Amino acid sequence: MAKSSVSTTNACKLCRPLGACLAFRGIEGSMVLLHGSQGCSTYMRRYISGHFREPVDIASSALSETQAVYGGAENLKQGIRNVVAKYAPAVLGVATTCLAETIGDDVGMAIAELLEEDPEMRAIEIIPVSTPSYSGGYMDGFRDSCVAILEKMASAEQSRADQGSGRIGRLNLFPGFLSPADIRYLKLVMAGFGLESMIVPDISETLDAGIGPVFSRIPAGGASVKDIRLAGSATASIELGLLNPAGQSAALLLERSLGVPARRLPIPMGIRYSDLLFEAICSVTGTPLPEKYQQERGRLVDAMVDAHKYLFGKRAVVYGEPDFVAALTCFLADVGVQPVVCASGGDGPEFRKTLEVLTRDLDETPEILVETDFSDIRFHSRAAAADLLIGSSKGNHIARDLDIPLVRLGYPIHDRIGGQRILHVGYAGALNLLDILTNTLIAKEQEHLGYGYSYM
Amino acid sequence: MAEPGKTIEELCEIKEKIVASYPDKVGKNRDKHIQVKGCTDAPSIDANAKTIPGIITTRGCAFAGAKGVVLGPIKDAVNLVHGPVGCSYYSWLTRRNLARPAEGGQSFLQYCCTTDMQEGDIVFGGEKKLMQAIREVHEILAPEAIIVSATCPVGLIGDDIASVSRQAEEELGVKVFSANCEGYKGVSQSVGHHIACNALMEHVVGTEELGDPTPLDINIFGEYNIGGDLWSIEPVLERIGYRIVSTYTGDASVHDLARAPHAKLNILMCHRSINYATKMFNDRYGLPWLKINYVGIEETARSLREMACFFGDEELMEKTEAVIGEEMARIAPEMERYRQRLEGKKIMLFVGGSRAHHFQRLSEELGMNVVMAGYEFAHRDDYEGRQILSQIRKKGMSKVVQDIQYELEPGFKPPLSEAELEEKNRQLGGHLLDYEGMISHMKEGALIMNDLNHHETELIIRELEPDVFCSGIKDKYVVEKMGVPSRQLHSYDYSGPYTGFDGALTFARDIDMAVSTPTIRFITPPWKDTEADCDA
Repeated sequence: MAKSSVSTTNACKLCRPLGACLAFRGIEGSMVLLHGSQGCSTYMRRYISGHFREPVDIASSALSETQAVYGGAENLKQGIRNVVAKYAPAVLGVATTCLAETIGDDVGMAIAELLEEDPEMRAIEIIPVSTPSYSGGYMDGFRDSCVAILEKMASAEQSRADQGSGRIGRLNLFPGFLSPADIRYLKLVMAGFGLESMIVPDISETLDAGIGPVFSRIPAGGASVKDIRLAGSATASIELGLLNPAGQSAALLLERSLGVPARRLPIPMGIRYSDLLFEAICSVTGTPLPEKYQQERGRLVDAMVDAHKYLFGKRAVVYGEPDFVAALTCFLADVGVQPVVCASGGDGPEFRKTLEVLTRDLDETPEILVETDFSDIRFHSRAAAADLLIGSSKGNHIARDLDIPLVRLGYPIHDRIGGQRILHVGYAGALNLLDILTNTLIAKEQEHLGYGYSYM
Repeated sequence: MAEPGKTIEELCEIKEKIVASYPDKVGKNRDKHIQVKGCTDAPSIDANAKTIPGIITTRGCAFAGAKGVVLGPIKDAVNLVHGPVGCSYYSWLTRRNLARPAEGGQSFLQYCCTTDMQEGDIVFGGEKKLMQAIREVHEILAPEAIIVSATCPVGLIGDDIASVSRQAEEELGVKVFSANCEGYKGVSQSVGHHIACNALMEHVVGTEELGDPTPLDINIFGEYNIGGDLWSIEPVLERIGYRIVSTYTGDASVHDLARAPHAKLNILMCHRSINYATKMFNDRYGLPWLKINYVGIEETARSLREMACFFGDEELMEKTEAVIGEEMARIAPEMERYRQRLEGKKIMLFVGGSRAHHFQRLSEELGMNVVMAGYEFAHRDDYEGRQILSQIRKKGMSKVVQDIQYELEPGFKPPLSEAELEEKNRQLGGHLLDYEGMISHMKEGALIMNDLNHHETELIIRELEPDVFCSGIKDKYVVEKMGVPSRQLHSYDYSGPYTGFDGALTFARDIDMAVSTPTIRFITPPWKDTEADCDA
């Protein structure tokens, strides 16, 4: 069902350039400059810092009235020069905003001019991404950035040279926007299979860094330039999340341009989608599932059996980006929770189709809301007599209103700590979600027990 | 414990080091924004200047200043953002201005309403969509007013939001007005404050009568009720006998804003964001303003005394002294306990357009040394006082956004005659309608840095090794990664309120927490030399 109004009340989506800021953060030695007014960079830094509790530096070309009228190319060039002078990035993402897009600035040309004027800038990978905020949401900006990075940096020459060196057992992984804890888990999985891997973007360290003795302005970690250049030599690419259009798939890009076979999978949340991931890794590498993951899966199923009595028949509302919602819906269906509202600020025919397939055999067909807002989600949650909400912090008003718990997953989480450390993916992630979900429901029930505390 | 501070010469060298760390042109620019108090040949500080592209500052935009700061807190109005989705989302309750619905009233601060402009709206114009959105907001939420604010594309494509608002007001019979606060206007959020003040003057102020005026009616300007700041000072003021007609704009109702001209005195907390309105109130209603500061015990007491002096009522003065005496006696032991714990600590304050000033006396009362203070988006008068206003060269957007020039409203009786006002001002030492700025209150040997950026934050922390750095969320984690405790003075790190007598204690507790937490000791592991990189 589409939104019931023309206006948007309490939006369930974030703007496109934010996704670019997040994606570039997973590249080693990288910085982002937003081509627009100063406020965009400030707002996005605030929103990323609020969730990850990490420093987030995003530069701005700081356009004002004059540039809005005469064009912002000079500001953009000066901005790039200043970022390079003070940060010395290896990679610099240049993302546009609605201001730059509306005035129609030619970012590519400005960068070409800059390279002409300052040839030493050629040592830096300057990667423009078009991210008009009036079109799509932050996952579009995120995926487009990954495509732009690979398009710019993974070359055929590198690929041939590397094939000569006889490299095998190398995977490209495009995880989409997961938590740093998720990326750390996926890295362990790769290592567990004995694989070398390139993960773009890899935010495992850059958005969840420790305090060390030396502070580094660009945080350590992220996918290295060297590894990205070798992307063409991988055995295969695995991409998590498949509801964005094919043109936004870095894996399909590599398949098309460098012949690296692509496997696109849903986000591996819950047992069914985790199985898909592990099967895919086994099949593209020809290796059996390591013992460790067989054990992990066994533990998960054991826990699901333990938890079913608290979960079965409970009614859940799920909201967020399409891939996230689809994967969570699958997970809920697998543990016996009835999804009653599946909602996204985004859209896409694949999203609706996927959800319809996932929920076909359930006792009740959930309300599927696309391009929706929290005003509609509230309405449908109330109507569906939901027991709990699952998604970002933005559902907190509904949770208060309906007096039902909110399980905070995904992004942004700004009213609890630890959002960056939530493990969502794989068997271990499914186990984590299962425990959180179950204990949240138990806690709620205990709160309301008329006869006081009880064993459950 | 307390180290001797740096000498003025050493500080000047640090300043030179900062300037030299930039390319020539940028260095020359930044040179004008950094000052050492007490350095004799210091020229005037530069402020409210264009942001240098690519320099990572903490500044926001006009939209953030207008909708985010001034218009956002009005509780019974709905702020409808005309633009793509991001800006309304990012300004959705992020400033922590709290509100409680009045009896029988509503608060819409939990709502984030936007037209969520799409590509088609950019190409073909978004006026129709805006009109429909206003109708929906009216129909579904039924607020007391609808405020439309513009984001970047609106001005570029030429949507006439003023005209749409006017039509909607006629059609719906509810107050609808707009602010053209497109993000690219001006050099920071500052111009947005001005745009919002003008919008309020034009559409809200003076549109309602105050039914039951009292002799001690005041308005509080530049109080946004961050973390409940208003609710901490309100009971103190009420105990003395004042009645707050309206705040501008924390926890405010649009009706209170409308009735505000009938008060007797405007007290002004945040000079930067709203001095435009206090000036226009004075021009239009002869309603004078007094810059006060109720952060810090001495400052709160001084402010209360000046207010009492303004009203000149014996009983009021006695009551003021009684309340100050009671409050001080009540909190003194705890303040003293904290003072002993914080004595000699070095604090840096980089925040806002007024707060870096407000928190200085309180820091000093707690025994701390303010080694650096600066503003993100202030103007020169916030640093040097209003006497330099005439010297400020208007540039950029400040040329375009001017105060509305009001004459005294016909038929409106100002609370004081001109002669009375002059006498009051004499009694108040010339403080009425004046602000001395931050620098005059700073100690010699303190650094003043305008529009600090990330690079300079790092440098200055290395050079001056503060014990605590107070700023906002964008700096906070940089500072903490460097092993220095940090408190946010925008959101108060989800604590506060910090105003009045109780607020002083809360601030003391929070700073003590920051510098006393055992956690930072663990940065250096036990198997490493504890001398290195760790000040503990």
